[in-house]
Amino acid sequence: MDLMHSLRLVAPEELLSLSGLALLLAAAWLGSARAARVITWLSIAVLATCTVLVLPGLSNPAGAEVQAFGGLYSADAFAAFAKVLIYIAAAATLAVAPPFLEKAGAARAEYPILVLFAAMGMGIMVSAQNLLTLYIGLELNSLAAYVLAAFLKTDERSAEAGLKYFVLGALASGILLFGMSLTYGFTGTTSYAGIAAALQGGIAKGALFGLTFVLAGLAFKVSAVPFHMWTPDVYEGAPTPVTAFFASAPKVAALGLTMRVALEAFGTQAAAWQQIVIFAAIASIVVGALGAIGQTNLKRLLAYSSINNVGFILIGLAAATPAGASAMLVYLAIYVAMTVGGFVAVLMLKDGAGNQLEMLGDVAGLSRTRPLIAAGLAMVMFSLAGIPPLFGFWGKFVVFQAAVEAGMVPLAALGIAASVIGAFYYLKVVKVMYFDDPAGKVIGQSDMVHAVLLLASALFISPAGYLLTKCLGHFAETAAAVLFAGA
Amino acid sequence: MIQLLAFYLFAALTLAAGALTILSRNPVHSVLWLIVAFFNAAGLMVLVGAEFIAMLLVIVYVGAVAVLFLFVVMMLNIDFAALRAGFIKNFPLGILLAAVLLAEVLMGVGVVQGGALQLGTPDGSAPVPAGAQNIEAIGAVLYGKYLFLFEVAGVILLVAMIGAIVLTHRERKGVRGQNIARQVARRPDEATVNMQPDVGKGVSL
Repeated sequence: MDLMHSLRLVAPEELLSLSGLALLLAAAWLGSARAARVITWLSIAVLATCTVLVLPGLSNPAGAEVQAFGGLYSADAFAAFAKVLIYIAAAATLAVAPPFLEKAGAARAEYPILVLFAAMGMGIMVSAQNLLTLYIGLELNSLAAYVLAAFLKTDERSAEAGLKYFVLGALASGILLFGMSLTYGFTGTTSYAGIAAALQGGIAKGALFGLTFVLAGLAFKVSAVPFHMWTPDVYEGAPTPVTAFFASAPKVAALGLTMRVALEAFGTQAAAWQQIVIFAAIASIVVGALGAIGQTNLKRLLAYSSINNVGFILIGLAAATPAGASAMLVYLAIYVAMTVGGFVAVLMLKDGAGNQLEMLGDVAGLSRTRPLIAAGLAMVMFSLAGIPPLFGFWGKFVVFQAAVEAGMVPLAALGIAASVIGAFYYLKVVKVMYFDDPAGKVIGQSDMVHAVLLLASALFISPAGYLLTKCLGHFAETAAAVLFAGA
Repeated sequence: MIQLLAFYLFAALTLAAGALTILSRNPVHSVLWLIVAFFNAAGLMVLVGAEFIAMLLVIVYVGAVAVLFLFVVMMLNIDFAALRAGFIKNFPLGILLAAVLLAEVLMGVGVVQGGALQLGTPDGSAPVPAGAQNIEAIGAVLYGKYLFLFEVAGVILLVAMIGAIVLTHRERKGVRGQNIARQVARRPDEATVNMQPDVGKGVSL
């Protein structure tokens, strides 16, 4: 009976893996290239079904009844919140992929299937209640991601991105495992609750080393400074729909995972990791803002922007309060919408022959040739910069508020100062689009799906998004409360 | 008594095979000596009661890894004269590495004498079933407590397989596939043709 209960709780993962297998067979039968588009839409339908499956979990408090497989996995409100974001982001980035891949001659059914398996891994990551579950989920996601980065095998940049991501990702996994083994050795358990209980009285030096290595490994996965070096190269080299995917769903999963590890497993020793997180947050914000200034490639620019945003999100973690955790979740939801919108806008930049354009110079004077794309991209940029009427401001506001409430005024002040530097390059893109002489390159037509997605994310980050603050805040608070249930 | 004898037999053979692995001049012989060493190490594992690891050594290391080594050694044409040429040049580096390793061993001995580390106590969430063989115990944990993770690990391997195929598979033109139905439906009278070439014209070179 216990097994049946557990199987019910992991329903989204079961659905994802079974439909992944079924679609794999279908692809083998129908021909991978021919069935690509159909299987992409079926995968989106599967992800939508999974979203519906996890929706009731949004109000689940922490507790034994949502724990599956003897406390390896938890289907609580926090997991549900993160999973909704992950599945929506994965589905959105899948929807924009077919035109790009068909043009590149790489339309294959394995693409959506790998995304499905990656989404399954990400779901396991945010539901993990045990270091083993964490690692298995992380590897499932990472392995699929390495392949996706190298998906255009005839493109040198894509192959380079895949190889770089693989080598550095394997190194980070090694660091993470080393930290986990130290943690296990010095606490005698791999379960989060057990680690928290074992560290109640104080943290041994060995466990402190373990914690540091675990955080270093996770910082790589969320691309926080000083483990961010791979991000611009991989984001630039990977096919644009894959970059959009990398920048959205896995970020949510890895940050959710980091929150769980920091607040649940090491929650009783917050002082031990707070300074690490504070450093990573400040360094990410500053490096992300300064690094983006000289970029001429829009994908690289968005990569630095994602590093910058991860820094802001980590400020919420540094606060180590329920308000901070809920602010992180709100920020993540807004961040996903902004990122998807930004990359969809980049995907819509095509020249007359339908080739993708991704340089900053190509969008010069875009407001006169393609006013709608320009307006969408401008909104995303203003929102990323955190300029008030747009929803991006709200994310930054709640994070800073949580930091100030936790008594971290200098951290918040530094973050605000750095966000002003960041605003420079976001506004530079807007200036190039609206005030430079038209380059006249962006003349190609783009897909309907792209336009719809850009419109949807623009609507979400527009001032109309503030109507959602109450509902979003409510769900985020319920989810964040889960992390502090044990404390 | 018999156990002691068996231990010395296995241990001596492991050491001897290990030494011969690095000393033999023919790389194929080296790999064969390595296999002897693996078998004797498996014997040692049985003696300490770790029959699962003994089986792993035989199945995985002898059955898969050593055979792979053998393939690699046989397929790569290694020029041993060229390899030995660098020996004198790299000798100081080798000595340095050996000194570092020796220092580590000595430090390790010192650490062991310094007393045990203050490790955490196991939480008892995965107790060893009383009186179970260790294969049984591993099976109970793997297919019981960690069933979910075991299954997901299977999915990871599947993803790795899909990835390897996606990244290396190329559609090639002009590949002649096997058409089993055609093969089966083929009759002797359409398969063989009787020719009667003129004398001296049957073969063209």
